Amino acid sequence: MRGATMDEFVLRALLAALMLAALLGPLGSFVVWRHMAYLGDAVAHAALLGVALSLLATAVPMTLSVVMVAVGAAYLLHRFGRDTRFHADTLLGILAHGALALGVLLVALSRQRVDINAYLFGDILSVGWVDLALLGALVLTVGGLLKLSWKPLLMVTLHPGIAHVEGINVRRTQLMLLIMLALVIAVAIQLVGVLLITALLVIPAATARYVASSPGRMALLASVMGMLATSLGLFGSLAVDAPSGPSMVVVACFLFVVVGAITQLRQPAAPREE
Amino acid sequence: MITKPSSLPVTDSSALPLLEAAGICKFYAAREILHEVSLAIRPREIVTIVGPNGAGKTTLLSCLLGLTRPDRGEVTRAEGLRIGYVPQHFRPHASMPLSVEGFLKLYGMRDDARTKALAEQLDVHTIFPRQLTALSGGELRRVLLLRALLKSPQLLVLDEPTQGVDVAGQGEFYRLLKTLVDTQNLAVLMVSHDLHVVMASTQRVICLNRHICCEGAPELVGADPQFKALFGEELAAQLALYHHHHSHTHGLHEPAVEHHHHAGCNHG
Repeated sequence: MRGATMDEFVLRALLAALMLAALLGPLGSFVVWRHMAYLGDAVAHAALLGVALSLLATAVPMTLSVVMVAVGAAYLLHRFGRDTRFHADTLLGILAHGALALGVLLVALSRQRVDINAYLFGDILSVGWVDLALLGALVLTVGGLLKLSWKPLLMVTLHPGIAHVEGINVRRTQLMLLIMLALVIAVAIQLVGVLLITALLVIPAATARYVASSPGRMALLASVMGMLATSLGLFGSLAVDAPSGPSMVVVACFLFVVVGAITQLRQPAAPREE
Repeated sequence: MITKPSSLPVTDSSALPLLEAAGICKFYAAREILHEVSLAIRPREIVTIVGPNGAGKTTLLSCLLGLTRPDRGEVTRAEGLRIGYVPQHFRPHASMPLSVEGFLKLYGMRDDARTKALAEQLDVHTIFPRQLTALSGGELRRVLLLRALLKSPQLLVLDEPTQGVDVAGQGEFYRLLKTLVDTQNLAVLMVSHDLHVVMASTQRVICLNRHICCEGAPELVGADPQFKALFGEELAAQLALYHHHHSHTHGLHEPAVEHHHHAGCNHG
């Protein structure tokens, strides 16, 4: 941080938060539609193993190792997640906690002093220009892919059978979504941490659901809500000298409650059938 | 008395099949679900697969649609075949806000005269702005049918199209299907539990019990001892009676019931 002015590192953090939130909007919408929240959690937990591996194999950059483990976990879930003997969350639980435990064990065995908090809650204020460039590239790549495959992704989400008959490669589309999610989670972990990334995926998208009338609008609004929550959370945390990751999540939750309450007053939700 | 329509579209049995299955076998955990199933669907033909629970009807449909790969045998499609598929279960989750119009546009609905006419015919043109999750079961069925027809398919595949629909609705659905077949140059392959619809609207019934027990024109299959064994004497008698009371217009070339014997099949 030496040489950088106060304004510069705040600016970098803000840019990172805005870019990340923009990307988490559409991805988070898919997480909400496909009830993948626990999957996002599992991939994030597994990514801690990536942190541990990079501590052991110091030649491997941490980002690369985290990305590889996250994508690997997503692929395993894709490949073996259809075993009908178990509910999906059973396998997710095994993967998430198995990888998390292995990661913690490896960190301990590496005999290095590691601030585990930085990985659990992230540290967006430590973002450098290189990280920012990487994030920018990720936003362009994943954002472009999402735009290109938007319709197939929606079709596969609505009904895989119909999508297949309509000529969509269902398995490939599902795998692509998982890999995009894993990539974004792996990068986001370093900004907001393992424990908070699912929150930033799910909460803005859920908030957007209250007001959106189409999938596209919901994705867009989720990005807006996320950008609002992360920037407000960031400035708020700087003002009161609090950790920024949790502040962003708290603001996101606040927005969810406020938007939800207003919507509920104007137009109550249909009762749940069951 | 329910009356049968005066004319069902005439199928040219010499036309090349749209979809053909040859010797399909499918196993789940060493249990054979489908044994040596062969069938062909020709243009403008209405074929219905009937069979008891666990007969492999949905599995057969999955194989024909390419959703499942058969363990043995082959499925051949006419080149460039367009299939419109209406699945048995479709309940979108309310977490995705989606209007009927948005849903149909996702699958390529265009703003042209054909679509407009179809939407009116199916009586869905008035519900375009509604959310998909706010539709009644019947409305959703019609929206799904319109979706399947968007790209002018040559073959419409319907999985249990009248499940959960009352008798009046079944009659209405069958009349609609008949009109569609006439106007849209369609062939239809249905799986159905509902023998009323089957017998009133089908040219050919395929009776499946893990293998094809018998197939042929509905009235002939209804009188078949194997069919009686599967569906019960009383029901078969009802159907035979029903068919006794109208003069149908099938030509003399109509094939008789074909039997496919198989040692593992329990016909009682």
